[in-house]
Amino acid sequence: MPVAAVERLQPAGLNAGAAASTAQPFLRIEAVEKRFGAATVLDGVSLDIQDHEFVCLLGPSGCGKTTLLRILCGIETASGGRIVRRGQDITALPPAARRFGVVFQSYALFPNLNALQNVAYGLRGTTAAQAGERSRQMLDLVGLAAHGQKYPAQLSGGQQQRVALARALAPQPQLLLLDEPLSALDAQVRQVLRGEIRRLQQQLRVPTVMVTHDQDEALAIADRVVLMHSGRIVQDAGPLALYARPANAFVARFVGRMNLWAAVPAGPGLLRVGQALLAHAGARPAGPAGPLLLGIRPEAVHVRPLLAADFALARDEGAGLAPGNRVAAVVRGIVFCGAHVVLSLDAPTLGLPIEVVLPTPPGEQLAWAAGDRVVAELPADALIVLADDDIARHAVAAV
Amino acid sequence: MSAAPALAPPARANTGWQGLSVGLAIALLATFALLPVGALLVLSLFDAEGRFVALANFAAYLGTPALAESAWRSLRLAALSASICTAIAFVYAYALTLSCLRWKPFFRGVALLPLLAPSLLMAISLVYLFGNQGLLKGWFGIGSIYGETGIVIGSVLWTLPHALLILSTALATTDGRLYEAAQTLGAGRWRIFFTVTLPAARYGLVMALTVVFVLVVTDFGVPKVVGGQASVLATDLYKQVVGQQNFRMGAVVGVLLLLPAVLSFWVERSVGRRQSAALTVRATPYEPQPHAATDAALLLFCSAVAGVLLTVIGVAVFASVATYWPYDLTPTLKNYDFDQTDGGGWGTYGNSLWMASCTAVLGCAVAFTLAWLVDKPRRHGAARQLLHGMATLPLAVPGLALGLGYILFFNRPGNPLNGMYATMSILVVCTVVHFLAVAHLSLLTALRQLDREYELVAESLGVPAWRTAWRVHLPVCLPALLEVAGYFFVNAMTTVSAVVFLYAPHTQLASVAVLNMDDAGDVAPAAAMAVLIFATAAAARLAFAGAGRLVLARTQRWRRR
Repeated sequence: MPVAAVERLQPAGLNAGAAASTAQPFLRIEAVEKRFGAATVLDGVSLDIQDHEFVCLLGPSGCGKTTLLRILCGIETASGGRIVRRGQDITALPPAARRFGVVFQSYALFPNLNALQNVAYGLRGTTAAQAGERSRQMLDLVGLAAHGQKYPAQLSGGQQQRVALARALAPQPQLLLLDEPLSALDAQVRQVLRGEIRRLQQQLRVPTVMVTHDQDEALAIADRVVLMHSGRIVQDAGPLALYARPANAFVARFVGRMNLWAAVPAGPGLLRVGQALLAHAGARPAGPAGPLLLGIRPEAVHVRPLLAADFALARDEGAGLAPGNRVAAVVRGIVFCGAHVVLSLDAPTLGLPIEVVLPTPPGEQLAWAAGDRVVAELPADALIVLADDDIARHAVAAV
Repeated sequence: MSAAPALAPPARANTGWQGLSVGLAIALLATFALLPVGALLVLSLFDAEGRFVALANFAAYLGTPALAESAWRSLRLAALSASICTAIAFVYAYALTLSCLRWKPFFRGVALLPLLAPSLLMAISLVYLFGNQGLLKGWFGIGSIYGETGIVIGSVLWTLPHALLILSTALATTDGRLYEAAQTLGAGRWRIFFTVTLPAARYGLVMALTVVFVLVVTDFGVPKVVGGQASVLATDLYKQVVGQQNFRMGAVVGVLLLLPAVLSFWVERSVGRRQSAALTVRATPYEPQPHAATDAALLLFCSAVAGVLLTVIGVAVFASVATYWPYDLTPTLKNYDFDQTDGGGWGTYGNSLWMASCTAVLGCAVAFTLAWLVDKPRRHGAARQLLHGMATLPLAVPGLALGLGYILFFNRPGNPLNGMYATMSILVVCTVVHFLAVAHLSLLTALRQLDREYELVAESLGVPAWRTAWRVHLPVCLPALLEVAGYFFVNAMTTVSAVVFLYAPHTQLASVAVLNMDDAGDVAPAAAMAVLIFATAAAARLAFAGAGRLVLARTQRWRRR
């Protein structure tokens, strides 16, 4: 809920990553394709990466995000398209010549070298003393100054990943590439290291591309999130914009949770869901008129008890109306999730369940119980209209 | 048992037979592996009057200059062969696993061919190529092939696949991400080789060196055929026992042969432990990138090695069908008319087939039972540990020493198993024990693929453990079991070392016939018999591979996802 709220406060906000600068980007990915035999893994991906920018490639497994990263660092070669760095085509450049730092999910630390030697590995063309000094600085930067003599097997997973980060950053790479760097770590270490990666990136101002399948991670860390599916970019936007204005139902489902109901147009700014007529503020998707979906984030739904004064509501609903986008509903289930509570409501007029997320109230009582009769308000400016296209249905099947 | 059986946990009530089986297995292994080796040790420590003389026999042996020299020569030649063989195998394995070499399956197949032939075949072929009537005698600059040079070349040729298997496994299990990380950090090919490839292969190199060293020290086929006047430990043992009937001195040499093997056993254990510790990171396979110059150089190298191997094997085949090598090369099958030759006869081939089949069946049954008893029961931990140690012990016992121990132990008049002596059964049992360790270890690995929780589930369902073994463990191990059967069969066909002391006239084996015919100067029939063994082993391997495929397709559908 807080994220969506902020987005509404700052509609043209600082997070609109799509508002790229007009200057030449640091890296330009042009229609990159990758095929393995008959399988197309990347289907014409184009993307710009600006100086100092933190970009997350987000998507379900098999969407091609890791392949794109491997093509960026030169380990994999593209079947088509170009990669241009500041106007220079580097598509055919071997990894060693690119000067990009890479951090792998499995750390890939050399088991026979200690932490310092690992960090110094990429420092060529310097004296041993300089390399040692630089490695110590880098280890210090990731908070491992005291562990330089330890071998990878003697370090914890989080420490190994810090060494890997220091090793990638030591040769002052022009671009930092992170391949699911946190997914092998447990939840707490992940949180901490996530913050540290972001801090380091901002301190060193190195453009960074991180691959992840974890939407929380992407939203929390990135300046810009590039959501991929089946080898294509589905949406490329700042984290808040991605959350508030998903381009289609796949994005809506993949990033956060969303109630999505089949809807039929019923006049300007009006859609019919079940028997209820709902007003929406946002635009309808352009293009040929197909089936539509009406969506709302669970935390955007307002819930209050059904009062005697709502008698009129019941009567209006009988007439197929939902005045003020309000519908009567019954609490079917309630799940306590720590910081928040998830209610599932049955709204007879919609004919479909509504999922609602509420902050957990203080004390040991939840505000609601199964069987409570309530009024659910679906604010018009929180309702999103999406096309019910193939990709959306495919995504549902995958989930 | 409990007075209230309804309350007794079924798991406890039913494990009695497991303990009994473990005890029985220990007793069997003690009889057929431990006691024969013990008999060898005991004999080497007593004099002719039955007095304990400690190491006096060893002192006497090493005090004889000629004998001490052959001991020293054994070590020297084995070290040299191991170094050369490991170096060649390393480059070859590198080409097979980490380069974009073309025709990899072909090169791999060719390099593994020597596994299918007795080491004698390589030696006989060397004689044909470089011997007194050799085809290329003039080309050979170093001097006569008979002697140390011949021993080293022949040993390198037949031990190559052993080193290759160890090294390609070591190189193939290196984490591919390490190569990628090194590349992105700007390391060149040589730097990657020295910082990633070589450190990862270090244990493999140690293992390959040790294994080849022991194989060469304990092999007597090659030095017997091309050794000439250069005697080594293994030929000394043979001469002492078969030539001079001096079992005591034979036992002394046998114990000396045990030492390097014990060393390798120890190296294998300590290195194996560290190797597994180094591989805990989640490894991803490395996909080699093409590099024209390197790939071309490796292609050249592999072609040369494969060419030599094919030539050596080809010459044996060719010579076996030649009328009179090298003067009359008209094709003929007269060399295969073994019944016309002393020391052979087609009967030996039949004996070998029968012996190898029995060994494959008995070996599989024994190895599976042992592996199951070591891994699956939950109780009797100490006894199972002991059983495991005994099952892997034959790894450290060279064939010659085992064979000699069998004579000493089973030929004692007081031994109730004396009846086995000079029958087929002793050959089968001895061969099973000889090759048991590797079979045991590979079946143990196969069994350990299954999570412990399966057995707990079965137990909680009240299913007896033997039924789980029959319904789950055996089917899961079927591919590995076929592999093991093939291993037993091929080794039983090709082995000479242990059985050379144990055969009777009516149980003589084809591999021994090769030795005897060569000894009698009938080199062409010896080559013919060696080629026949080679062809049989190859056919058996193909048949087992085919059966394995069939089994995989029919019964292993659960492996697919």
